[in-house]
Parts: sequence; structure tokens; C-alpha cells
Amino acid sequence: MTEIRHHLTDALMIGYCAGTLPEGFNLVVATHISLCDECRARMHEFESVGGEILADELPQAMSDQSLSDTLDMIEAGDIAEQAASAYIRPETTNLAQSSSNVPLPLQDYIGSDLDKVKWRKVGGGVKQAILKTSKTASVRLLHIPAGAAVPDHGHRGTELTLVLQGAFSDETDRFGAGDIEVANEDLNHQPVAEAGVDCICLAATDAPLRFNSWIPRIAQPFLRI
Amino acid sequence: MANKPRIKCMMTRTSTLMKSNQPTAQDAQSATQILKHGTPNSVPIKEVAVKASPQSDRMAWVTQMTAIRDDKDRSAFAEIFGHFAPRVKGFLMKSGASSDLAEDVTQEVMATLWRKAHMFDPTKASVSTWIFTIARNRRIDVLRKQRRPEPEDLPWGPEAEPDQEDVMALQQECEQLGEALAALPEKQKDLIVRAYYGDLTHNEIAEQTGLPLGTIKSRIRLALERLRHQMK
Repeated sequence: MTEIRHHLTDALMIGYCAGTLPEGFNLVVATHISLCDECRARMHEFESVGGEILADELPQAMSDQSLSDTLDMIEAGDIAEQAASAYIRPETTNLAQSSSNVPLPLQDYIGSDLDKVKWRKVGGGVKQAILKTSKTASVRLLHIPAGAAVPDHGHRGTELTLVLQGAFSDETDRFGAGDIEVANEDLNHQPVAEAGVDCICLAATDAPLRFNSWIPRIAQPFLRI
Repeated sequence: MANKPRIKCMMTRTSTLMKSNQPTAQDAQSATQILKHGTPNSVPIKEVAVKASPQSDRMAWVTQMTAIRDDKDRSAFAEIFGHFAPRVKGFLMKSGASSDLAEDVTQEVMATLWRKAHMFDPTKASVSTWIFTIARNRRIDVLRKQRRPEPEDLPWGPEAEPDQEDVMALQQECEQLGEALAALPEKQKDLIVRAYYGDLTHNEIAEQTGLPLGTIKSRIRLALERLRHQMK
């Protein structure tokens, strides 16, 4: 894989590590971290800050029987685990998944093969597949034919676009596999896929996109983007 | 594996603790003590330990995690429970949980700590960081009723037992991180804390910058590089 040049912002890192992002954003962030050791290291740093905040937290008294209740819960769980031990899967199954072209967090949503995604046409050769997440953000896969453009659009909220395959360029820069673009209200952009390989992206928004020509705007309710 | 006896010599505090796989009257007694004093040790001893070196406390928690993992040591668990459970409860209540809900979720968090003790890596996280991540995930499940996709895990290499020098170095840097956070101007510290409790919008978080991450940055990268190297 080529070197990743576009990383997560500090604000996204804090939101992810604090657990305050919508599920769709969490999915894009977790997928990027699976591909990017730099951001994996940053995740541990930002979690360490959370650890220090917890360590500094004002203690709230637990009830009298809380420790013995917890030990009972553990014991019950241990017994259940022993009974099921023959069926326990190993915790890390990376070897089995290494043949997949889909990072592990995304596999829970789309399966293990990008070629088996069920695409829907959205015009101009561009296809999408909307993923099922909580309604707080919408997240989808975009399939942009090599050399094609996604309609020019702006955003009301934040839009995250993670490249899984191929590359695209817009007014700001070039984004290759593993790169993430974080766009806010100020950015009006028209991503164009590079020639050669079709570009596949994972994109999440916390508000509907705003297309700048009137045809996509009318189509917007039907496309659900 | 060869490193384990070294930890135990270093941490004489835990070597005097009773080890048992069954709940005992002493467990119950320490539970009561926890509720009164917030820690299973008597208060004066704890205070001396804190004054002597907060660093030794952190290493003691790492040792207790090892004892939970290897020996299912209930008294080690009681120590960690006594210190952290009331803080986890405070964290959950600040995040919007009622006292009763926070109590229940805290018990689940501490039970998860026991069950997943083998996944704790002291070269990448302090015990409080690890507990924070468990509590955060339960908070998302219970309070926000959402899934939280996790990054693909890096598998453990053949040398699963971490080097003690690396462990101590990371724990020390977490201590320094805590001190650096405490030393921040009140307003900035307040913003960071509120961001972690989910009290700020994404834009508000984006406006505030500059976490005092210090040397922990290079330490964590070192740990990850080593892991990558082992995977090859």
C-alpha cells in the first residue's frame, strides 16, 4: 500500500476515543485506524488522556454488596465460559481475514468482499451502497468509475471520505488508498476519480449533502444522500 | 514468562495478599472497607504509598492485573475494584447515568476487566486507560444504544510477556501525562474534560487544541513498531 498522507483530525480522534461520535463516523474512523499505524498510535495517546481523566474522577460510593455481586457475576460467567470453551474462537483471526480486501470493522457491515457489494446507480456511472447504522449519521460506499466525477457538492455538517481502492482528487489534494478527507461546511468540492482503477470510498455525513446544480438537488430525497 | 518473578519481587505489597479462587469472608470484609474508604487498604497505608510514589501505585495495579490474569486472584481484583469502581461510577454519572444505572454498569465494567485480563497490554496502556476504554464502550452500548466499530486488532507476537522496562516506562509517562493535564490552565483543562464526557459539539472540540501528550507519543509508537516487527 502507498503511504497514507491524510490522517484523522485531533477533534475526530477525541470524539472517537471519548465515544461521542455517531456510529457512522466511528465506522470510518475505525476502518482508517485499521489501515494506518500513525493514527493507531494516536488513538492510544488520546485514550491515555481518557485514562487520566478517569483516574482524576471524583469517586462515587458503590453499594455495600457491589464487590461480592461483581464476583458472583464473574463466577457465573466463568462457568458459562467453561461449558462453551470447546466452541470459543481465537480472539485474533487476522490470518484468516488477511485474504480479504475489506478492513475488519467494515466487514461487519458489508461482508468480506468488495466485489460482492450490492450497488445502486446514482447517475454519471457513480454507484453507492448505503450501510445500516444508527440514524445520527449516514454512511455509504461510493463506487466512482476511473476518471469519473462525483457531482459538485457542499456540506451542512461534516463529511468523512476514506479511500479503500483507487484514488480521487479534488480542489484540495489527491487522496489515495487509506487516505481520509475531512470536509466541513466551508468546502465545496468535486471529487474526480483517477484514471486507471475505479475508486471505492467509504463516506459518512452527519447532515445531508448539498448539491450545487438543481438536478441532483431534486434527486436528493430519492438517493438518500 | 521469565519476567514474571521480577514483577512480584518488585511489588512486595501484593505478595502479602491472600490468594484464593473462592469468595471468602475477607472478600466481604474488604468490600465493606472499600465502601467506607474507597480502597481496600487501610487509609493511612494508602496515603503513605501515594506520597512515596504515585508511580509505584500504577505498577502495583499492573501487577494486580497480572495476578487476576494468571491466578484469578480475588484480592488483587478487590484492590482494583476498590480504587477504580467508584471512579467509573462517577464517570458514568457525569455522562448522564442515574446512580442505580451507573452502579450496575460499573459492576459489568469490572467483570469485563476480569474476563478480558489477558488482553491488557501494559506497554500500551495504564490500568486506568484500559478501564476507561471498557467503561466508554459500555457507556455507548447502554446510554447511546449504538454499536462502536473497533479497529482491527494487532495480534500478539510470540513474546506475549512484555518487557518490564517498557512497562515501567509507559506507566511513568502516563503519570507524567496526568501531571501535565493537572498543570493546564483551568479553562483548557475544563474543555478537555468536557470533550471526553461528550459535553462539547464536534465544532467546539475542533476549536480547542493542544493536548500535552509529551513523551508518551514516542513510547506508544515504539510499542507498535515492535509489535509490527514481531508480526513479520
